[in-house]
Amino acid sequence: MKAAVVVFPGSNCDRDLAVAFEQAGFDVSMVWHKDSVLPEGVDIVGVPGGFSYGDYLRCGAIAAQSPICQAVVEHANRGGYAMGVCNGFQILTETGVLPGALLRNAGLKYICRTVDLQVATEDSVFTNGYAKGDVIGIPIAHHDGNYFADADTIAALKDQDRIAFTYADNPNGSVDDIAGILSENRRVLGMMPHPERAADEGHGGTDGTAVFRALAGIVAAA
Amino acid sequence: MKARVHVMLKNGVLDPQGEAVRHALGALGFDKVEGVRQGKVIDLELASGATEADVTEMCEKLLANTVIESYSIEMK
Repeated sequence: MKAAVVVFPGSNCDRDLAVAFEQAGFDVSMVWHKDSVLPEGVDIVGVPGGFSYGDYLRCGAIAAQSPICQAVVEHANRGGYAMGVCNGFQILTETGVLPGALLRNAGLKYICRTVDLQVATEDSVFTNGYAKGDVIGIPIAHHDGNYFADADTIAALKDQDRIAFTYADNPNGSVDDIAGILSENRRVLGMMPHPERAADEGHGGTDGTAVFRALAGIVAAA
Repeated sequence: MKARVHVMLKNGVLDPQGEAVRHALGALGFDKVEGVRQGKVIDLELASGATEADVTEMCEKLLANTVIESYSIEMK
């Protein structure tokens, strides 16, 4: 089982994400943003949180144009697994792999605290370690986490059961309390909260571990 | 040759920064402001031969996120 974690200038959750993958049993390689190919045989690509390229222009906009992101898009288009957390979610929306966009938090403030999420679907390789309706405590740390998409897109996400997580108490103004979504083939997850920051006893909570374990279970079985 | 690109959040997309500016103007006593939308201006220095179509492509690919933003181009 191989995972790759992309590293941009300004990424700051890349090593946390790598450790979470490792603890679930993945061999992890770090991939630099200037690389144009992913390591051979990679099962899942992690796009980490942080402030890629200083959030210049728009969060994730410059990273989405980087050479490695073209490879990540091709990987996703081939049906490969990928997950973007926080800035990684912003990047995946900027590439068009996931629909919608992340706007400035409605309250204008950067928010850094653990929030309750509801698992909105268990029908994905990322969420089948939970039961639908489970409430899990996962940290958020973002300034631009206010998920927006037009009404047609939101309707499609709902009809296709592609909302992965919702906020129990919406902290940022996201449409329909959306905290994380899935791609149409359910193999790409984007979420603003950080499961990799709730994946070790030392973090103060391990509610995020199930994401990585479930993923490892599916990939190992495939 | 120059181009100026205006990027604005689309109508219907909440602009919390614009709202905050509107409140601040109200607090200063400017009570005739009914709405504020905040955007970006991007000036491009272009080599000769660049066309508005080139700038449009730049907007579509990078300068604006057309999911949430609209843009307009002034060629100078």
